[in-house]
Amino acid sequence: MSQDTLFDKVWDLHKVSSLPGGSDQILIGLHLIHEVTSPQAFGALKDKNLKVKFPDRTVATVDHIVPTDNQSRPFKDNLAEQMIETLEKNCLEHKIRFFNIGSGNQGIVHVVAPELGLTQPGMTIACGDSHTSTHGAFGSIAFGIGTSQVRDVLATQTIAMNKLKVRQIWCENQLSNGVYAKDLVLHIINKLGVKAGVGFAYEFSGPAINALSMEERMTICNMSIEGGARCGYINPDEKTFSYIKNKLYAPKNEHWEKALTWWKSLKSDEDSIYDDVIKIDTSKIEPTVTWGITPGQSIGINQQIPLLDELSPNDKLVAEEAYEYMSFIPGQSIKDIPVEVCFIGSCTNGRISDLRIAAKILKDKKVSKNVKAFVVPGSEKVANEAKQEGLDQIFKDAGFQWREPGCSMCLAMNSDKLIGNQVSASSSNRNFKGRQGSPTGRTLLMSPAMVAAAAITGKVSDVREFIS
Amino acid sequence: MKSEFTPPIGKISQITGKCISLIGNDIDTDRIIPARFLKCVNFDLLGKSVFEDDRKTLKGRHPFDLEENQDSSILIVNSNFGCGSSREHAPQALIRWGIRAIIGESFAEIFYSNCIAIGIPCFTLPKKSIQNIQKYNISKSLLLEIDLKNSSAKSIDLNFNLEIKESTKNMFLSGEWDATGTLLEKSSLVERKFKELPYLKFS
Repeated sequence: MSQDTLFDKVWDLHKVSSLPGGSDQILIGLHLIHEVTSPQAFGALKDKNLKVKFPDRTVATVDHIVPTDNQSRPFKDNLAEQMIETLEKNCLEHKIRFFNIGSGNQGIVHVVAPELGLTQPGMTIACGDSHTSTHGAFGSIAFGIGTSQVRDVLATQTIAMNKLKVRQIWCENQLSNGVYAKDLVLHIINKLGVKAGVGFAYEFSGPAINALSMEERMTICNMSIEGGARCGYINPDEKTFSYIKNKLYAPKNEHWEKALTWWKSLKSDEDSIYDDVIKIDTSKIEPTVTWGITPGQSIGINQQIPLLDELSPNDKLVAEEAYEYMSFIPGQSIKDIPVEVCFIGSCTNGRISDLRIAAKILKDKKVSKNVKAFVVPGSEKVANEAKQEGLDQIFKDAGFQWREPGCSMCLAMNSDKLIGNQVSASSSNRNFKGRQGSPTGRTLLMSPAMVAAAAITGKVSDVREFIS
Repeated sequence: MKSEFTPPIGKISQITGKCISLIGNDIDTDRIIPARFLKCVNFDLLGKSVFEDDRKTLKGRHPFDLEENQDSSILIVNSNFGCGSSREHAPQALIRWGIRAIIGESFAEIFYSNCIAIGIPCFTLPKKSIQNIQKYNISKSLLLEIDLKNSSAKSIDLNFNLEIKESTKNMFLSGEWDATGTLLEKSSLVERKFKELPYLKFS
């Protein structure tokens, strides 16, 4: 059993009691909600005649269902309008802070909380969304929960949960030029598998992680869940502290020094004990692209789609399903596969640094005539910052559609969807069957830089050929 | 699919029902219930849309469409079932279709805890055993009686043990799988602990 890791320290701090069944009652320091997984939880509160215990510790925004072309109210989609109205009503009734469209702070919940300084080291953070693991980038313990647990957090500020084991993923050396956090996390998921993380929290550490910016670290932790780990985290350091400093909800004045002292005490001790340790050499990683129907089915840009014989017995069943669904031939190169849609956005890669990298590649270039390309900033803040830097114009000049913030085609709950069996180059996190809105649509996951390169050529391309 | 839905309440110690086998690893929650069905403010209508896209693709040959499976309540699955999105809509759709227990090689974590939270016990068995049960079930009907207390299952000609975490088993036997009540009991302790959180003093 792990000892003295950040996970152990934060868990122990938040443990209220051992429950009779054997799980722990864990206090949730920050609860984030959105329109999709909260209405039934508020409904259950009403049915049980319960109140929100600590309304100050829940923060809401709207992201999944928002249209990205025209956000004027009422939304054209009646169901989407009903969902946002329900959230507005619930937040008003229970006195919950709500960052609505036009507030300047709306956006994807996992983009918004960090940029407002709500996400801080040492917290437990829960949200009815599996990508809550994102917040672990700050040294918090953050995980996705279902609607019944959203109800429990609202009513009690706690949930019942079994303590996770801790696996350290030690990332040696440095990523090479043109290789990004997205490539690293896709590589890790491929090496460990999509279910290796079940029962574990992943601690990402080592020189390659230390070198990443906070936004890149968020990309890594965001996709922990795609490797099966409900929670992924990175020990906080100077980069973490300077990212938080001066944010809207960051500790101020004399509180800042106190916070800093406490945050510094949280990192895993030198001699802490892990349940498992894995080492990854990051210097050999190439720009990585998925070819199948799980985020674990990825290869380097210069590799071929694996033959059935090259796969382990456990991977064969889903590989056969993937060949059929994707209509790709085993042994085929991933490079040069034509793409029809290019999507830059999502809680994985919809932040300002992602937009900057993509814009740099797209500057003075044109999107291929066969490609529909669009960029969806992760939040209103990201959109405003991008506009100030003129990035929106670079995207538009290249032929990208510049959209309003939201989750958009990561899960296609709004009108942004693939059509038929279109192939999409996407900076999002899931390539599941039907994920991007068409039951036969095909998603290739890659870094935003790789999406930009694919948009220019109209096919899967090596972004390193576009950067000096 | 059952026409009326009564949610489970209280202690769960026995589940008897027909098995339905669904073959495939890494079946994610987007497949169990595609995102477009999440546009709702309650779970009431989800049952009929379970596996909607997979079912359309298979044009009536999907296990959830086969006549002989219509009154089934124990789902037999393979590895990493329920991976991906945390949407509780997935088990809510399954339970409204009629599923009351799941036996699989392994489950994704959030899906597993969502199942507990709504009263669906999930059991595990080694890969080979699952494959054998699925093989048997595909050729003939399998009426299974699950005894949670002894973690065992039997039918007319099968008799085997099931694996389930001790903590989870206890929650079903005591009725504490519906956690809200238990969590509320510690209200004063929660308040004390809450006040001690260092970061609440910083902001």
